[in-house]
Amino acid sequence: MTMDPNLDSPRTAVSNPPIQPMKANLGAGDVVRASAMPNLPKPERELTKVAKLIDVSKCIGCKACQSACAEWNDTVPEVEHNVGLYENPHDLTPDMFTLMRFSEYENPETGDFEWLIRKDGCMHCEDPGCLKACPAPGAIVQYSNGIVDFIHENCIGCGYCVTGCPFDIPRVSKTDHKSYKCTLCSDRVAVGQGPACAKACPTQAIVFGAKEDMIEHANMRVADLKSRGYENAGIYDPEGVGGTHVFYVLHHADKPQLYSDLPEDPRISPVVRGWKGMTKTIGLAAIGAAAVGSILHGLFARANRVSAEEEREAEHLVESSVPVRSEEA
Amino acid sequence: MTKPLYSEKGDHLESTAPVRVSRYRGFTRANHWVTALSLIVLLLSGLALFHPSLYFLTGLFGGGQITRWLHPFVGILLFFSFFVLFAQLWKLNLPRPEDRTWVSQIGDVVKGNEERLPELGKYNAGQKGVFWAMSILILVLIGSGVMIWEQYFPDLVTIPTRRWAVLVHSLAAVAIILVFIVHVYAAIWTRGTISAMTRGSVTGGWAFRHHRKWLREVAGRGGQGPAE
Repeated sequence: MTMDPNLDSPRTAVSNPPIQPMKANLGAGDVVRASAMPNLPKPERELTKVAKLIDVSKCIGCKACQSACAEWNDTVPEVEHNVGLYENPHDLTPDMFTLMRFSEYENPETGDFEWLIRKDGCMHCEDPGCLKACPAPGAIVQYSNGIVDFIHENCIGCGYCVTGCPFDIPRVSKTDHKSYKCTLCSDRVAVGQGPACAKACPTQAIVFGAKEDMIEHANMRVADLKSRGYENAGIYDPEGVGGTHVFYVLHHADKPQLYSDLPEDPRISPVVRGWKGMTKTIGLAAIGAAAVGSILHGLFARANRVSAEEEREAEHLVESSVPVRSEEA
Repeated sequence: MTKPLYSEKGDHLESTAPVRVSRYRGFTRANHWVTALSLIVLLLSGLALFHPSLYFLTGLFGGGQITRWLHPFVGILLFFSFFVLFAQLWKLNLPRPEDRTWVSQIGDVVKGNEERLPELGKYNAGQKGVFWAMSILILVLIGSGVMIWEQYFPDLVTIPTRRWAVLVHSLAAVAIILVFIVHVYAAIWTRGTISAMTRGSVTGGWAFRHHRKWLREVAGRGGQGPAE
């Protein structure tokens, strides 16, 4: 099966890419939001919203997704020491955009020991905190299909994206001082291929397609899990960030924090909003007003000048002080 | 000799006809200008990353990456430079009873009716305010700045703390820029002030008008220099 080249984005990661040449999308014309560029024109077309669904209940922790990610993105994560944990590397790094996180959970209700494995990485928020925080114009963009991408030539390495992200995802490289994270394989999606991780996943725990289709699929999965006794199975597509374009099916959707501290209600922090909202606007206005005000005052108000009279008085004052000293001498 | 209350030991009469009073020695002036230059570089590079409309200022430093790299180092320079300045100036910037009167008659200050104000030592309450505001804000800025210094201290504080640090840093930056504007403008509006930081001295009339207690004390010590 190959993808229909007339579609604007792949509907699955499983199929082969189109064999006919297809025009790459996700160029500048498909950007709906860009960091530090408030007056971006609306793009002429709107691409189908895409999403990657990670069904945690189907994941076997094989890390094929990690390998595929490093392979496709041509990153070489540093070889580390085994410290007795399954996580490898120990955390997301500028060279590892996705990471299997393993947590052990003793379910108090069933007495079962559960091994909860979650593929961590950028969630591609509809309302991205990284993009809000970024000071460099066009360093972070959001395409109309929902993908949030870092444009590295514009990145200045300040780490504000780290500050803004509600999921602790971006990592700034010590080598080139640019920030890295999952691109949702925007370079593959642009030419009709699904993300590398989804393509590599042997159990189809990671699937990719139109967000609508993915939600439908997720609902089926949730119904299936519920029928098997996972009462609290559900979808993790957090509303606080407007929904995400990477989302989960969890068997314990009521306790997302069980899955290596997946935040319960992620949202852009009000502190970040205050910094990028009120402080930025009112701060600049106050500085501008003070600068203009003092220039106007300088031009039109009377300066505080010393009079000739005061110069004479100073001489008197000095004359009357100094002789006292010479008498002493 | 009694300890000076309103002047530094080094302040002295440079000449008597016309009267010129030395206010800052060369070291203090150089120290002041290093601090000032650092603050200006910080202000321009910081504003560039503060508001998208000012991002073009990164061009002054050779681009966004260099601006991001430079800003914290200049911050360190400013911190130490100001620290040295602080050590020289803090004593005469301690509050005195006449400061209260000066502040309560701020209307006369703005109108330039200085004859109605109390006689003052080396600094008036406004200058003291600038000094202490700068001191506190620089401490806040260096502290919060290190917390958000991605290149060297990416894991110094947790991300939630970092969010507060960046907010506090930007608020303190806005405040210090306002203080800076007040400082520069007051120096320009009060004619004859700038020479204190360029030549190191002011005219007798200037000292008589604005800082008469200081002038009295310096004049009382006579024309000799700090060698006394």
